[in-house]
Amino acid sequence: MSSMLGADVNVAQNVGFYIVAAIMVFGALRVVSGRNVVHAALWLVVVLGGVAAQYVLAAAEFVAISQVMVYIGAVMVLFLFGIMLTRATIGEESDLNNKNWSIGIPVSLLLAGTLVWVIVDQYRGEVLSSPDEPMSTTAISDVFLREGLVPFLALSFVLLAAAVGAIVLARKD
Amino acid sequence: MLGATLSSGWFLENAWLIPLIPAIGFVFIILFGKKMPQNGSEIGIVSIGISLAISIGATFQWIDRVNSASGASDYASGGFFGAFRAIFPTAGDGGYGASFVEPVVKSWTWWQSGGLEFGLGQHIDGLAIMLLLLVTFISFLVQIYSTEYVSGDRRYTHFFASLTLFSAGMLVMVLAENMLQLILGWEIMGLCSFMLIGHWWEEEANSRAALKAFFTVRVGDVGLLVGTAIIFFGANDWAVEHGSNGFSIRGISAWALSGEASQSVLFWGGVALFIASIGKSGQFPLHTWLPDAMAGPTPVSSLLHSSTMVVAGVFLVARLYPVFFVGFDILDTTVNFITIIGGITIIVAAALAFVQDDIKKVLAYSTVSQLGYMMLGLGVGAWLPAVFHIFTHAFFKCALFLGAGSISHSGSHHSFDMKKDMGGLAKKMPITAVTWMVSTAALCGIPFFSGFFSKDEIIDNASHNGYQFFYYVALVGAFMTPAYMTRATYLTFFGKPRGAAAGEHHDEGHDDAHGAAHADHDDHHGDAHDDNGAHDDHGAHHGPHESPWRITAPLVVLAILAIGSGYLNAPAFGTHYFTDWVEPVGVEVALDDEYGYPSGEEESAGIVFAAVQAGDEEYDGKAKGCGFADPSEGTVCYAPKLSHAVFSWSKAMPSIILVFAGILFSAWVCVGIYGDRRNPFAGLTSKVAPARWVHTLLVNKYYLDHLYEKVIVFAFAHPIARAAYWVNQNILDGIVNNVGRGGRRTGEWVYRNVDQRVVDGAVNASGLAASEGGHALQPVQSGKVNQYGALLFGAATVGAIVLILVNI
Amino acid sequence: MYAVNFLILAAVLFSTGVFGVIARRNAVMVLMSIELILNSVNLNLIAFAMMNNSPEGHVFALYVIAVAAAEVGVGLAMVLMIYRNRRSIALDELSVMRG
Repeated sequence: MSSMLGADVNVAQNVGFYIVAAIMVFGALRVVSGRNVVHAALWLVVVLGGVAAQYVLAAAEFVAISQVMVYIGAVMVLFLFGIMLTRATIGEESDLNNKNWSIGIPVSLLLAGTLVWVIVDQYRGEVLSSPDEPMSTTAISDVFLREGLVPFLALSFVLLAAAVGAIVLARKD
Repeated sequence: MLGATLSSGWFLENAWLIPLIPAIGFVFIILFGKKMPQNGSEIGIVSIGISLAISIGATFQWIDRVNSASGASDYASGGFFGAFRAIFPTAGDGGYGASFVEPVVKSWTWWQSGGLEFGLGQHIDGLAIMLLLLVTFISFLVQIYSTEYVSGDRRYTHFFASLTLFSAGMLVMVLAENMLQLILGWEIMGLCSFMLIGHWWEEEANSRAALKAFFTVRVGDVGLLVGTAIIFFGANDWAVEHGSNGFSIRGISAWALSGEASQSVLFWGGVALFIASIGKSGQFPLHTWLPDAMAGPTPVSSLLHSSTMVVAGVFLVARLYPVFFVGFDILDTTVNFITIIGGITIIVAAALAFVQDDIKKVLAYSTVSQLGYMMLGLGVGAWLPAVFHIFTHAFFKCALFLGAGSISHSGSHHSFDMKKDMGGLAKKMPITAVTWMVSTAALCGIPFFSGFFSKDEIIDNASHNGYQFFYYVALVGAFMTPAYMTRATYLTFFGKPRGAAAGEHHDEGHDDAHGAAHADHDDHHGDAHDDNGAHDDHGAHHGPHESPWRITAPLVVLAILAIGSGYLNAPAFGTHYFTDWVEPVGVEVALDDEYGYPSGEEESAGIVFAAVQAGDEEYDGKAKGCGFADPSEGTVCYAPKLSHAVFSWSKAMPSIILVFAGILFSAWVCVGIYGDRRNPFAGLTSKVAPARWVHTLLVNKYYLDHLYEKVIVFAFAHPIARAAYWVNQNILDGIVNNVGRGGRRTGEWVYRNVDQRVVDGAVNASGLAASEGGHALQPVQSGKVNQYGALLFGAATVGAIVLILVNI
Repeated sequence: MYAVNFLILAAVLFSTGVFGVIARRNAVMVLMSIELILNSVNLNLIAFAMMNNSPEGHVFALYVIAVAAAEVGVGLAMVLMIYRNRRSIALDELSVMRG
């Protein structure tokens, strides 16, 4: 293990990971348990930003930039608009949860337990070698425009359909 | 790549034009239809007509090709007229050697992704040729018929556009070279079916029926996608190694028979694909959409929901027969999934047909029942009789539906109610009546009509292949079919005229039947028929009269075919053209013959020299040949080697006797119930309790809804609920009181969700799956999204844990 | 860096999102929880891409981001419409889907 630590495991990277991860988990819990919708949305920004930071740690810079632009730039703004347009009150609310919200606790704990157990069982001790340089955008675009071209086109149609559909649904007539 | 000895020709090589032309026609109708003098119907008719011409040409060239492969020397190579000469002299004795006819396969890359190529193409063999001819021919007749039937309709142009697109979709599927193309055509058909059933969507019942049909079939379509995926992942490696891929029909067929395919992959792939067939072909649990689909205009019922679209499911099974043959081990069992579903469907649907008052619903249930026969045929290994039944059934069922349309158009003032508005029409509408009777005779399987030759072969082969139980099931069906058809015929054409048939004019019936769109139709009626002498007075008096020629001409053509088509393969008269031309031969094909595909004559040997064959191949313990033993090195099989029952009149006797018994019994009962009031049968259902019970049972469609919702819930869920309640009260409460509120919540949750939702929901869901497939998943839904989420994730987690524990 | 780091973080985020989907009554909050789930999947994809040193995982993550954007757009449009019709976006009051 010590040799691994020396060779492959970058301590500073790990420490950074743990700090960001802790913030993310805390933020995520606030998102699902908070009593204030706007605060929940802002905590979600923290989590999404944390995800972007993790991408950078994982040498996925292009995805990290996309994450920031799409999620924090666009999706969160949409959420805030949604909150504003649907709720008159901004403050705390008492009925944000279902009557039987507590079903969620056993289900999610069971899920988390299963997942963690499987992951640890399978990947314990496996070390991700830090690449020398981040995944190049060239490599990603190569995949996009070769093997992934048809899904890419299909996705474009999905986005178009979603845009048209959203306008049709939301307009007043 | 054509073999040296095989003839081909322009029509065969360019068969891909057959679906393309109606597809282009569709675009033109949509774009320019409203500006055309006939509102676009001429484009539809012309495009289908061209396709029909190409299909006919391709058919002759295919026959020519089969004959050339069989070694018959006197065929004139190529050419249309050579084919004419070649057909009849050679087919009868056209070599019984194990020669095969390569299908004409072409493929173009549609798109490629991730190293996989997805093609569009054509795969022309006997089965495809038969359906191409059938679909184009019936579409053509139905389009001519429709110009009269829906004339003046508000959405006349759209109607023809949908009809034309439907034909294109079906033809795409029939031609399909690979599974993706098949799915493409399949989905186009589903869409057109939806549009056409809901053609008069102003009336809510119609749009509901359209939705029901769409969603019910969609339940099955999931099976198609899953099945295609299973088969692809099973077949792809093998198929690529042998110069094909896992989507190609030939690749899949060869793989399934190669002996290297995993039995379980084939089984589950077959189950998934068969679920798609259940949905599309209206088999038992998902059959309920078909009778409702009669809400569409009658030409639609005739084309889509009786003769062509609904056989798509049968076609799927027939097309990928090796998968089912090996997957379900068809010749080594006495019961399998396909026969169970087919057998249930025959009986259940036939019984329901007895109590329908709507003439189209009688025909709809009859269609379901006949589709059951086709499935049963495929399930018992009678590939050819099943396919032949598709062929004959299309003609007589189309004629019956068009006849029903003719009655409602000119005889009963747009009503389909046999009891209220029909009766005694035989004198008023002689052409319709005669064509109806002929088609009915064919449907019932009266000897010398086409249905006899196909249905009897299915029944005979069920027994021949060891499916004794299903032999009796089919015989019972053979008794029920003439019985309910006699009832319908009696009510429609004999007895005293009632309601509209007696000349009464009742507006409410009319409005009920077709709603606003059709009221519009009526306004145009006078104008639309002015050019038609026999019809001038239609607006003035609403008494029954014969329909104009555009309706009767297709009827007459179809009725002639309802008799004649059976003689293509009438073993009683020694003809087996259909066997020669359509059935693929189960022989090993050398692999370096790149496009080797067997078809043709081997099976006719089965008919004529069955004893020899049996001695050669079936006696020494294990049968040999494709589908029984793995093909030898360097060869592949494309079709299993099937043997045919040898026809004899003595074996046909039971079904013939039952048919006539059914007719006589039903006629006796009908005259009793509906005719002479002094007869003991008059008022039978109101006087005799058991008869009343049966009647009520059938009228309520076996109480399937009630059964599932009330009885099963009461019998199973109730005790469980009480037990759970008891546990809850006596045990949980004790614990809960100690553990506190969280524990109590869990207990209540178990009670409320596991018991109330999971058990109830599952029971309700199974009930509705049978009766209301389209709404199948409704009852499991409380409507609360969060609970779905909890159920979904909880179930997924439990499933994952089970998988982990199993694989540990 | 250990592979389990990313994967466990993703698992925790996923389960949190699942809890949110089950527990929340407000439709917008449910959509937010779904975003959590999608992001945890993306984290997994990136981790596996790093493990195999291949760009495919990144490409899939980008697909997921695009689909998520579409999903949020349509989802919020639906929520707006529901709100306009019912003056409420409480999911437990929406039971018209019940059979």
